[in-house]
Amino acid sequence: MPKLVTFAALAALMVGASAQAATISISCGSVGAELEFCRTGAEAWAKQTGNEVEIVSTPNSATERLALYQQLLAAGSGDVDVFQIDVVWPGLLGSHFLDLSGEFSQEEVSAHFPAIIENNTIEGALVAMPWFTDAGLLYYRKDLLEKYGLQPPTTWEELFASAKQVQDGERAAGNDKMWGYVYQAKAYEGLTCNALEWIDSFGGGQIVDADGKITVANPQAAAALTWAASTVGQISPEGVLNYQEEEARGVFQAGNAVFMRNWPYAWGLGQAKDSPIQDKIGVAALPKGGEGGKTTGTLGGWQLAVSKYSDSPAEAIDLVRFLTSSTEQKRRAIEGAYNPTIPALYQDTDVLEAAPFMGDLYETFTNAVARPARVTGAKYNQVSAEFYNATHQVLSGRAEAGAALDALADRLDRLSRGGRW
Amino acid sequence: MAGPAASRLTRARTRAAWLFLAPMLVALALVAVWPLGRTVWFAFTDANLSDMGAAGFVGLANFEYLLTDPEWWRSVWNTLFFALVSVSIETVLGLAIALALNVHLPGRGLLRTAVLIPWAIPTIVSAQMWAWMLNDVFGVLNELLILLGIIDQGIAWTANPDTAIWAVIMVDVWKTTPFMALLLLAGLQMLPTECYEAAKVDGVHPVEVFWKVTLPLLMPALLVAVIFRLLDALRIFDAIYVLTGNNQATMSMSVYARQQLVDFQDVGFGSAASTLLFLTIALFTVIYLTLARIGSSQAEERP
Repeated sequence: MPKLVTFAALAALMVGASAQAATISISCGSVGAELEFCRTGAEAWAKQTGNEVEIVSTPNSATERLALYQQLLAAGSGDVDVFQIDVVWPGLLGSHFLDLSGEFSQEEVSAHFPAIIENNTIEGALVAMPWFTDAGLLYYRKDLLEKYGLQPPTTWEELFASAKQVQDGERAAGNDKMWGYVYQAKAYEGLTCNALEWIDSFGGGQIVDADGKITVANPQAAAALTWAASTVGQISPEGVLNYQEEEARGVFQAGNAVFMRNWPYAWGLGQAKDSPIQDKIGVAALPKGGEGGKTTGTLGGWQLAVSKYSDSPAEAIDLVRFLTSSTEQKRRAIEGAYNPTIPALYQDTDVLEAAPFMGDLYETFTNAVARPARVTGAKYNQVSAEFYNATHQVLSGRAEAGAALDALADRLDRLSRGGRW
Repeated sequence: MAGPAASRLTRARTRAAWLFLAPMLVALALVAVWPLGRTVWFAFTDANLSDMGAAGFVGLANFEYLLTDPEWWRSVWNTLFFALVSVSIETVLGLAIALALNVHLPGRGLLRTAVLIPWAIPTIVSAQMWAWMLNDVFGVLNELLILLGIIDQGIAWTANPDTAIWAVIMVDVWKTTPFMALLLLAGLQMLPTECYEAAKVDGVHPVEVFWKVTLPLLMPALLVAVIFRLLDALRIFDAIYVLTGNNQATMSMSVYARQQLVDFQDVGFGSAASTLLFLTIALFTVIYLTLARIGSSQAEERP
C-alpha cells in the first residue's frame, strides 16, 4: 500500500512538473504586424495551459530567415521549439522536424486545404501544419482610379497606362513623390515570387515543370520580363530594385503609389485607423499578361513546424494545434487579414465582413501558382537565387530578357545535371 | 666546465619559454589552426550543412567547379575593385586629416576623439544607417541634393548596379578613414624634428617639404597602414550584405562564400571559396612582405 501511494505521488509530481515547467519558444516572422499577432496568439495559449512562451523575432527577408533557421537546425539546437516556415521550405528543412501526422487527428488535418497538406508532406511525414496562406494580390487606390474615371486593370498593359495617367496627373497636381506601381524587386526570394507571377500570367510556365524539365527560356517569359523591366523609372521608382514587402508597403501606405503588388497582410495594415489611405484601398487579382494570358498569384503562406531537438515536444505540438485551429485562424483573419488555410472559414460572415477580398478572390487563393520547390528539392534555394539574379539583371537594364533567360536555362541545366535534380 | 652549465641553463630557459608560450599556442590552435584546417579539409569534400556526417572526399571537384563559375570571378573582380578603390581614397583622405591634426591647435585632443566616432560604430549599425540615408524615396541624401538643385529626382543609390558599388565604397571610406588617419598621425609624430628645422633654415617651400621630407620619412608607416587596410578590405562582408544583400552586382568573395555555405548549405563548395579567399589574402601578404624586405635591404645598402 505505501508503495502505491509513493508511486501515485511521484506520478502526480511528474505530471505537475511537465505541466508547469514548459517554456516553449516560437520563432515568428516580423513583416507588418506578424509579430504582434504571433505574440497575442501564443500568449493566449500560454494563459490557457499554464505554460510559458518566448517569442523569437526573425529577419524580415525570407532569404535571411531561412539562413538563420538552417544554422540553428544544423547545429541541432533546441533553443527554438516551434518554427514558422515558408511554403517552399518543407523539402529543405523537413529532416529537422517531427512528423505530425500521428499527433493530429485525420479530422484536424483534412480541415485544411489538401494542396498545402500535400506540400507539407515529405516522404510520408507531415512536417508542418498550415497556419496561413498567401497569394500575390494587386492593391489599388480606389479613390484615385475613380477620380480619373478608371477601372481596376485586367492586363499588365492596362495597368501601365492607368498607372502612368494617374502618376502624371497627381504629379502635375503637386504630389511629385507619386509613383504608379510598386512591388518587390530586390535580389531575394520575394523577387522570385513577383517574377513567377509575371511569367505565369503571360503563359510562360513555372521555371521548371513538374517533371524537372527547365522551361524558363521561352518567348512568353521573355515578353513578361521585358514588360516588367519597362516599369522601372517609368511607373516604378528605380529604388524598387532594392524593395522588399515592407518598403513597397511603406510607399503605398504613405499614399505615394497608385498600385502595389503585395501579400494579403498589407490589407489589415492599410485599413488600420492610423493609415493615411484607410478605406481608399481596393484589392484585385493580379492582371493578365495580354488578352491570351491568365490571372495568377504566387502561392505563399506559412506553416508551423516542431523541431526534433525540442525539449518539450508535447507542449510544442499543443501550441501548434492551438495556433492552427479554426478559432485562432478566424481571429487572425478578422483582425489582421491573414488568409486562413481552412476552406470553411472563407464562408464565415465575420471573416468576409472584415476582409471582403477573401471571398471575391477565393479562386486566386485556391489556384495560386507554386514555386518549383518540390521538384527541385534541396536545390530549390539555388534555383531561386539564379532566377532572381537573372530577373534583377533584366529589370536593372543590365541584360536583355531573352538572352538572360537563355543564360539562366544553361545555369539551371548545369545545376540540375541535365534536369535530373 | 662552462659549456655544459651554459647549455643546461639554455635548456632550462628554452623549457621555461615553451611553458610560457604553451597556453597561447593552445589557444591559437583552438581558435585559428583547427577551424582553418577544417575549412580546408571541407573544401575537398561534398559536405552539406544539413548532414555534416555524410561528407565524402571529392578531390579537386569543388575548385574545378568554382574556377569555371563566372559568378565567382565576378565576385573576385568586385572585391579587388572595392579594395583598391576604397583603400586609395582612404589613404589620401587619411593623410590629409592626419596632417591637419598634426598641427598644434587648441582642442586637438577633442578633435582627434571626434574623428574616431565613425570607426567606433559597429559596421552593421552604420551600414543600416547609411541604407536609410541613401533610400531613393525618403533618404536624407537625395533630399539634400534635390534641395541644392543638383538633381531633380531621387537617385536609387543602392538599387542601381552602377551606383551600388560606389555607395558601398563611400560607406567604407566614411567608416575607415579615421582609422587610417590615426595610424598615419602616429607615424607623423615619430618623425624627427631636425629635418624640418633644417628645411626651415634652407627656406624650402612647405609643399616641397611635404614631398621631399614628410612623405619619404612617413613611407614605412604609410605602407603598414595601407597593407592593414587592404587585407581588411579584401574580406569585406558586412557593409555589402546590409546595403545590397546577395545581389550579384556587388557580391564580394566573402558574400559569395557565405551564400554557398549558409543559403545553399553547400559546405564543401563554400569552404573551397573561403579557402581561395584565404589564399588571395595570403598572396597579398607575401607580396607585401617581399616588397618590404627588398625595401629595407636597399636602405641598408645605401651609403
